Amino acid sequence: MPAHRAPATALRPRPPEGEGGVSRRRFLGYLIAAPTLVVAAEMGRQTVFGAPEASAAPIPSVQTTELYDLSDAIRDAARPTANLIKIEVNRDGTVSFAMPRSDNGQGIITSTQMIIAEEMDLELDQVVVTLADARPELVFNQLTGGSSAMFTLYTPVRVAAALARGRLLDAAAAAFDQDAGTLSSRAGVITSLTGGTLGIGELAEKAAVQTTEQVEVVLKPREEFRILGKPQTKTDARAIVTGKKQFATDLQIPDALPSVVCRAPDLNGAPIAIDNVDEIRSMPGVTDVEIIATGVAVRAVTFGHCIDAVRAMTVQWEPGTVAGQDDESVLADLRKAELPLAVPPAGGSTVEGDFTFYFKSNSSLETNCAIADVRSDSAEMWFPTKTPITAQDQIADLLGLPTNAVTVHVTEGGGSFGRKLFLDAALEAAEFSQKIGKPVKLMWTRADDSRQGRVHPMATSRVRASVTADSVLSFELRHTSVSMDVSHGFGDALTVAASRLPSGNLAVAEVIWELSQTVPYNFGVSTRLLNEVDMRFNTAPMRNVYSPDSTVARELMVDQIAAKMGRDPYEFRREFLKHDRQRAVLDKVAEEGNWGRTMEEGTAQGISFQTEYKSVIATLVEIDCRPETVNRSVREGLTGPRVTKVTTAVDVGVVINPRGIEAQILGAINDALAMTLTGSMSLVDGHFVEASWDNYFYTRQWNTPPEVNFHLVESDAPEPGGVGELGVGGSTGAIACAYARATGKVPEYFPIMHKEPRPFEPYPTVPPIPPSPTNGLDTTF
Amino acid sequence: MPTQTFKLNGEQVTVDTEDDVRLLWVIRDLLGFTGPKYGCGINVCKACTSHINGKAFNPCSVRVADVADSDEVTTIEGLADGEDLHPMQQAWIDYDVAQCGYCQPGQIMAAVAKVRQCVTEGREVDDTAIEELRNICRCGTYQRIREAIKAGAENM
Repeated sequence: MPAHRAPATALRPRPPEGEGGVSRRRFLGYLIAAPTLVVAAEMGRQTVFGAPEASAAPIPSVQTTELYDLSDAIRDAARPTANLIKIEVNRDGTVSFAMPRSDNGQGIITSTQMIIAEEMDLELDQVVVTLADARPELVFNQLTGGSSAMFTLYTPVRVAAALARGRLLDAAAAAFDQDAGTLSSRAGVITSLTGGTLGIGELAEKAAVQTTEQVEVVLKPREEFRILGKPQTKTDARAIVTGKKQFATDLQIPDALPSVVCRAPDLNGAPIAIDNVDEIRSMPGVTDVEIIATGVAVRAVTFGHCIDAVRAMTVQWEPGTVAGQDDESVLADLRKAELPLAVPPAGGSTVEGDFTFYFKSNSSLETNCAIADVRSDSAEMWFPTKTPITAQDQIADLLGLPTNAVTVHVTEGGGSFGRKLFLDAALEAAEFSQKIGKPVKLMWTRADDSRQGRVHPMATSRVRASVTADSVLSFELRHTSVSMDVSHGFGDALTVAASRLPSGNLAVAEVIWELSQTVPYNFGVSTRLLNEVDMRFNTAPMRNVYSPDSTVARELMVDQIAAKMGRDPYEFRREFLKHDRQRAVLDKVAEEGNWGRTMEEGTAQGISFQTEYKSVIATLVEIDCRPETVNRSVREGLTGPRVTKVTTAVDVGVVINPRGIEAQILGAINDALAMTLTGSMSLVDGHFVEASWDNYFYTRQWNTPPEVNFHLVESDAPEPGGVGELGVGGSTGAIACAYARATGKVPEYFPIMHKEPRPFEPYPTVPPIPPSPTNGLDTTF
Repeated sequence: MPTQTFKLNGEQVTVDTEDDVRLLWVIRDLLGFTGPKYGCGINVCKACTSHINGKAFNPCSVRVADVADSDEVTTIEGLADGEDLHPMQQAWIDYDVAQCGYCQPGQIMAAVAKVRQCVTEGREVDDTAIEELRNICRCGTYQRIREAIKAGAENM
C-alpha cells in the first residue's frame, strides 16, 4: 500500500521547567460545599512570551499580536468567572465535567478528558465530559471560537482536577489512618503502603466539604505526564462508526416534528403572503403552515413531506437585501471603501499587490438546525451553538420570556467553520414553535444553507512594500471587506449589545483584526488596516476569519520581494522571520519537503509561514498546473490545478493530543485548497447561485493531495496554542505561491477557478429546493 | 394510505406512508434509524449512503414504493455483527478518521461497497478507486479515509 505520509516526528521528552514555569507555581482552587466532592478552579497569571530578537539587515517591527493576541483577549475576558468551572467526583467512581464549550468535531471533549485523567491519574473512560447548557453567569466564559478552547481551559481544568486528586488522597489518608504522602493513586483506586485500597467513588462523600473554601494546589510536573502529549483516538470514535453519535436532528424529542422554511428567490427576501395556504395545509403529512420573519414555515410528519410542501407553495416576496447586485457591483463598492496606502515610497523601490477574494460558504455538512419546544411560560431548545449565552438571551427576547425561562441544551455539532457562532435556525424554530404552540425540529435544506446561509465576505487585500537591496523599509496591508458579522462579540450580552450600536460591529471586527493579524517578518514600518462596508449580506467569521485571505496577499508579496532582491523564497523568509521558534518549523518543511528540488515545467513548490494564536506553522506544497492535470474530467466535479504533496510543520506549544492536532491541520489544508483553488459563491441578480455540493466545490477526494506529511515540532512554549484554524491561513499562502511559481503568473483573485466555466446548470430559485431524484437505484455500486 | 414493507438491518419493517416519500425520510423520521444523514437530498453529498442488497445506494433518491418487500436495506447501524465491528468500522477507529463524524456513516458504507466492487472486478483498492468515491467530508478527513479504506480492505 502506498504511503500517504511519512511517520510523524516523535516527541522527545521535554526539558524540565525552570523556576517560574507554569507547573511549579501554586494555583488557587475551591472546594465546593456539596454532598459529594466538587471542586472549582480560578485562573492565575500566566507566563508571557519572550521579547523578539533583533537581527542585522532586517528592520524590526513590533506588532500588537506579539504582545497580546486574540487568545489572550478571550482568556482575559473569561478570567473573572473561571472559578465557576466545576469538576465533580461521583459515587460510581466517575468524574464529570460539564464543559462550557462547543464541540463540532474539533475533539476538545477528548482533549479535556485527557487533561482531567492526567491530573487525577484516571483512565479516559472514567472521565465524563459533556457540553454544558447555557449558563449566563459565566458571562464571557462560554464562547467557543478563535481557536481558544484549550488555551483558556487547560490551566483551570488542571487546577480543579489536581485539587480533586489531593482532596481524595486526604480522605483516603484519613480512612487508612496513614500519611497522604505514602499513598498511590491509579485508575481511580487509591492504594496504601500496606495494600489497602479505596475507590474514588467510595471517597466521593468522605472528601466532600460542608462549606466552600479556597485552597492552594500544585500541578503535576510535565515530566510526569503519561497521557498528555500521547496520541489519543477520539473517545466518540466507536459511537461515530456505529451510527450512534447523535446530532440535533437525530434527537427524538416528543412531538418535535420535522419543519422546513420556504425562502425567497432573493438573498434575505421577506415574505409578504402565501397565496395557497389552504392547499398546502391539506397536503399529506402537513400539520402546520405559518409565515415567520424569514419565510413560510411548514411542519409535517417527515422532512420529505415538508420539502414537497415548500415546493408547492406560491409565496409573494419583498425584494432581498442585495436585489439586483452581482459579484462585480459588490467589488466596485468595496473599491470605493479602500483605505489609502499611507507610507510614501522613499529610498527604495516599491513592490505592490492587489488581490480580490470572492464570497465563500462556510456551510457545514450538518445544515443549520434546532429543536424548539416553546410553551406559554418557558422554552426548551436543543441545537449546536458556540455562543449559548447569547443564544439564550436572544431567544428569550424574541419570545418575550425572561432569560431564565429559556433552557438551551448544547448538542454536538456536525462541523461549524464559524456557522455555529450564530443561531439562524434556532430563532426560526423558536418563532415557529411559539406561533403554532407545538414542538418543532427545524432544519435548513442544503439549498437554503448554501444560498441563504452565511458566507465569508468578499474582500480585497492590497499590499505595498518599500524595498532596498537587502532590507524591507515598510510593509503595508490594507484589507477591505464586506462587513464580517461579529455580533456574537465575545459570546456575552455586553459585547453583543456593543456590536449592535452604530459602527459597533466594525469596532468589534477591528479588535479581532488587530488581535489576530501579524506580519511575522522584520519588514520595518508594518501596518495592517481593516475597513469594512455593510452591504447586508449574511456573513460569518469562516474558519480562520481574515487570515486565509490576508496570508495569501502577504505571502505572495513576500515571494515578490524575495524575487526583487534575487533571493530564494525559503532563505529570504528564514532571514526575515523574527524568532528561532518560527525558523524551526520553516527549516523542518524545507528539509522534509525537499525544498528546491528540480520540478517539471508546469509544476512547482511554494512555501509559506504563519503565526497565530501562539502557534507557528510552515507549509511547503507542490502543485501541478500542467494542462493534462488542469483539464482532467470528473463528472459534476471541478478539477483544475492539483496540489500533489503537502509538507507541514507546526509548533503549537504544549501538546495535548498530537493525533487531534494532526487531524485539525490536515482538515485545515483541505479547507485551504478549496478557499484558494475551487470553492466560491457567485452572486447573480441578488442571489447566490450555488445550491449544493455539486455547485459549491469544497475539496473532494479527486482534489485532495495524494501525499500529506505532517510534522509536530517540539516546543518549550509554556501553554497550548490555538490549533483549529492555524492550518488554513497556514497553507493558503503556500498554495497561492506554488501556483504563481508554476504558472509564472501572480493571481489577482481567489479562488483561482472562480471565473472558470462552471460544470453545472444552476438550480431554479423558485421553488427554492430542488426535487429529490427518484433514480437512486440506477446508481448503486 | 399505502403500507410499505422491506427488510431493514435484518428485520422486516412496515410503515404506512405515501409511495413517493423518499426512503431516507422513512428510515430516519418514521423508523427512527438516524445513522444515515441528510446532507443534500439530491444524491450529491452521499452522507446517507446505505446498502440495498449489499450495494451502495442513496436513500434520499429512492421512493419507498420502489423498494420491494424482499429488498434488504442496511444502514450503518446494521453493518456490525452485533458487538463485532465490520473491518471497515474497525479501520475507521484505528486510523481515528472522524472529526465531527456527520458524514462518516455514509463514508464507511460507501467504502465497504467500493472494496467489494473492486474485488468483484479484480481491481486494486488504490487511490484511483478511492477517487471514484463522491462522499463529501467538510471536516477534510480525506487522507485518513484513504488510509482506513486500504487497511479495512485488507481485512475484509
